Order: sequence, then C-alpha cells, then structure tokens
Amino acid sequence: MADIIKKATRDSYGEALVELGKVHDDLLVLVADLADATKVEGFKKAYPERFFDCGIAEANMMGIAAGLAAAGKKVFASSFAMFAAGRAYEIVRNSIGYPHLPVKIGATHAGISVGEDGASHQCCEDIALMRTIPGMTVINPSDDIEAKAAVFAAMDIDGPVYIRFGRLAIPVINGFDGYKFEVGKGVTLKEGADVTIIATGLLVCEALEAAKTLEADGISARVINIHTIKPIDEDIIIKAAKETGLLITAEEHSVIGGLGSAVADVVTASTPVPVVKIGVNDVFGHSGPAPELLKEFGLSAENIVKTVKASMSLKK
Amino acid sequence: MDSELKKKLQRQAAKIRMNIIDAVYGAKSGHPGGSLSIADTLTYLYFAKMHVDPKNPKMKDRDRFVLSKGHCAPGLYSTLAERGFFDVSELKKLRQVGAMLQGHPDMKHTPGVDMSTGSLGQGISAAAGMALAGKIDSAGYKVYTILGDGELEEGQVWEAAMFAGHNKLDNLVAIIDNNGLQIDGKISDVCSPMPITDKFAAFGWHVITMNAHDFDSIEKAFDEAEKIQYQPVAIVQTSVKGKGVSFMENNAGWHGKAPNAEQYEQAMTELKTAMAAL
Repeated sequence: MADIIKKATRDSYGEALVELGKVHDDLLVLVADLADATKVEGFKKAYPERFFDCGIAEANMMGIAAGLAAAGKKVFASSFAMFAAGRAYEIVRNSIGYPHLPVKIGATHAGISVGEDGASHQCCEDIALMRTIPGMTVINPSDDIEAKAAVFAAMDIDGPVYIRFGRLAIPVINGFDGYKFEVGKGVTLKEGADVTIIATGLLVCEALEAAKTLEADGISARVINIHTIKPIDEDIIIKAAKETGLLITAEEHSVIGGLGSAVADVVTASTPVPVVKIGVNDVFGHSGPAPELLKEFGLSAENIVKTVKASMSLKK
Repeated sequence: MDSELKKKLQRQAAKIRMNIIDAVYGAKSGHPGGSLSIADTLTYLYFAKMHVDPKNPKMKDRDRFVLSKGHCAPGLYSTLAERGFFDVSELKKLRQVGAMLQGHPDMKHTPGVDMSTGSLGQGISAAAGMALAGKIDSAGYKVYTILGDGELEEGQVWEAAMFAGHNKLDNLVAIIDNNGLQIDGKISDVCSPMPITDKFAAFGWHVITMNAHDFDSIEKAFDEAEKIQYQPVAIVQTSVKGKGVSFMENNAGWHGKAPNAEQYEQAMTELKTAMAAL
C-alpha cells in the first residue's frame, strides 16, 4: 500500500493564496498577527504590497476587510476560527454579512485538533455561528485538494464566504479520478444501502475507514462528504434519507448547530428519518496531542462504527 | 467663509433639521438628538465639500461617507434627500414596513449610503478599509466618517485608530461629535472617553477642534484637514445634542425618542422661525 500523504489544510490555504495571487493581481490578504500560523506568510513574501497585518485586532480586521470590499477590492481575512468567527462574530454579521460584501474569511485552527493549546483556542462553534448569517457561504474542506479548490471557488462567489481549515496534518483523500469540487454539492464517496454516514472536514476520512469496517461486518454504509455546510446539498441528503433510512453525521464541531443540525434541518422538513450526531458533545476541550483528543472526543472511525451499530435499531 | 455660501448652508441646514423632525415624527421613533447635532457638519460635507454625484451614487472616484454613529440616520437621510440622492418623500416612510429608509443605514438599498452601519464602533473600521483601498489604488478620494463621543467607548474604535495611524491614512477624516451625552446620561458620568483629542493624537492622528454649529469654524477645520499628509485626521467637534429645538437641546432624553404632536408643532415652529430669520 502506498504511503498516505498527510497535510494540514491551513498549509493548503496558504499555498492556494499564493496561486490565487498570481491570477488576481488585485487580491489582498489581511491577517491579525498570525501570518505564519495561518500560513499566509507565503503570500506576504510573494506579494508584500498586497499584504496587511492588522495586528492583534480581529474586530477591526473584519471591518477593514468590509471597507476594502465596499471599495471594490478582493480580500481574504485570516485568523484562527476562534477569533475570526468567535471574537469578530458581530462585525462579520453586521459589517460583512448584512451588506453582503464579498469578503472571504480564511479561518484556521478550527476544532479540537488544535491540540495542546487547549480549550481557549479549540473553536467548535464556528460553523454554527457562521451558518446563521444570511447569505454566508460556509465551507469545511476534508483535505488538501478540497481546501485548495474551496479557496479558488470562493473567489467566484459574489458574497461573503467562511472557509474552515485545520492545524493537524490529515490524509489526502480526494486525489481520485473524477473528483470535482462544486460549492453546495455534496460528494458521494461510497455507495451503501443500509445507512448513510454524512461527514465533513477531517471526519470524512474517518467515515470512509468506518464504512470499510462496517462492510466487513455486513452493514452497507454510504459515505457522503458535505464540504459546503451552507448552502447545503439538500438533494443528496434527502436521497440518502429515502434510500438508507438512517443518517449518522460526523464533524469536528459541537453537535449544536453544525453539520448534524443542518442535516436534521433538511430531513425533518421533508423526509424524517433518524439522524444521529457525532461531534463534540456540548463540552469544552482540553490540552493534549490532537490524535489523542480526536479519539477521546469520539471523532474517530471507531466511534462512527460503534455509533452506526448502536443506531441500526432506530431504522423503521 | 463667503457670506453668500454661509447663508446658503445655514438655510440648507435649517431645512435638513426640519426634515429630521418630520421623519422622526412620522416614524414615531428614531434618534433626533444626535441627528440635530451633526446637521451642520453633514450640510457642509454634502453641499460644500464632498465630491459626489447624486445621479451616479456609485461613482468610482467619489468621496465616501460612513455614518459610524448609524443611529443618526435621520440626519444622513435628510441630507441625502436634500442633495438629490432620492426623493424627499421617502423621509415620510422612514422605519416603516416596505420603506427604503431603514432604522439604521443600509448601503444595499439606499442610494448615497456608502456603508451599512448601526452597531457602534464598526463604521470607522470600514471607513479605514475604504481609505486603504484608496491608497492602494492611488485614488484621490477622501473618506469621511462621523462617530459619536459615546461611541468612543467601543474598543473597536481604538483598534481602527491604531490601524489608520499606523498606515498613515491621510485620506481618512473622522469627525467626533462631542455633544457630551449618550443614552444613559453624560458621557463624563457613564464611562468617560475623555480626553478625546489626546487619545487620537496618541494614535498618530492629526487632531483639529471645531465648533459644530459655526460654518466658519467648520470650513477652517476641513481646510486644515485637507492639507495634512501622512496622518489620518480627527476633527473633534463641540456640538449641542438636539441643536435647534429648544426642549431637545442638551437633553439625553431626546437621544432616541420621537416628539408627540404638540412637541412636533413646537419644534417645527422654532425651526421655521430660525429659517425665516436667515
């Protein structure tokens, strides 16, 4: 078996920005004193005149981004998810969301996999916060390839976009023939008839692994990658609900307001089937190596397998 | 200031004040106090200073204006209507269902509004962003923004002040409406942001003071602002909240309240008398 290539999506973000800077000579990148950590350092080196460090002031950075966009500029604003979506929420809502300005927010260090920095920096609420803003596109890529595709695609969206990136190196899973990234379109990675695992971000890889184990145990699990949480691909979810009758969602985010909630919102309106959510169960994280934390918080293939098996009886 | 221009601006400001009272009275809610305190400054900006075209509100090289203290929308709307950005009749529909004029400025639907504002502390950041865009493009436009003195209590204002000073945004002019009052009372009693001038100076701004109700003083301040290079400019204007309506003047109670029928008549009578005296 070939070696698995692993890469953190924050690195993909940084590399994609450098590429994008070549194509769009008017692209600007903002950061709030985290150029290296958010990986926009590459853009800074390549295009110093188009890079602005706003200092440790995320609220103002989002306002600067709004003003630049209102004056016709293309702009990415970068910070950790905790500060981009959390600290600056109201500025994103009122100065970017309400006037529907095309600011792109690159939020790195999302989720529990921030690891050692601990709960203060482990943002598991950002998807919930961002998807409540009308007109906001929310994307949570599952690997390097998808992360880059999302950055490129965001440029063509005439409105605000929030893209979530991680610190932890994760397997590259989308290098298969025929992979195509389309905003708002889920991807069926594996067909299955008994249950559907709907995953996002780094849980997509875990979902694929879980499906293999389940297959060996006689359960045919479909795997869907939902990279765009908003607007969500309703068709692919409703089809899965109708055809498999049980949905298991998996995300590195709070079970409140994230992918699981978005999926439940879709099916309760038209095709009510059981939706069982795997995510961070309304608790704060803590310090530790990311792989250990992911296991501890149940964000793993093992827990997906366990949850699927325990949920099969919910099917009518 | 040229005496003919001064007379013209005074009349225009009086008209704008009447529109403010009309609009807030019609809406049965809104913010007359702070709208009246900035009426002369808005008049000067839109009728003597800013490069704008009401027929082409999105004109690329226009001067920009951001009402950071967005609740004073009746002041801005009255000015924009008088300047011809939209019909004065829109003012009568302020804050009503289906109306173009929202409680706080909405750039998506109101011609002449360059930034949606209302949540205090945010407008100055957006204004600084626009000024930065102007610098990047080597465009000649200026960006003006008006903040309340109470608004200075918002931390984001100082993040923006630091950014603008650091980036030497000399195409940015922030006017601080120092009427001394906020919703809960005197700014000096609530949580004093004083001294305002020293604070902006400390962040690298060029600071000018002016009398907000004297067009000679206003002209002098903006002429000085025009000449400043490599520094953003803060104009701290001493103003009277509720200026022009006797019972609203220097009264925090008129921050966000509409007059009743009797008060409306009195206010309009006072403003008409002042207009007639010009």
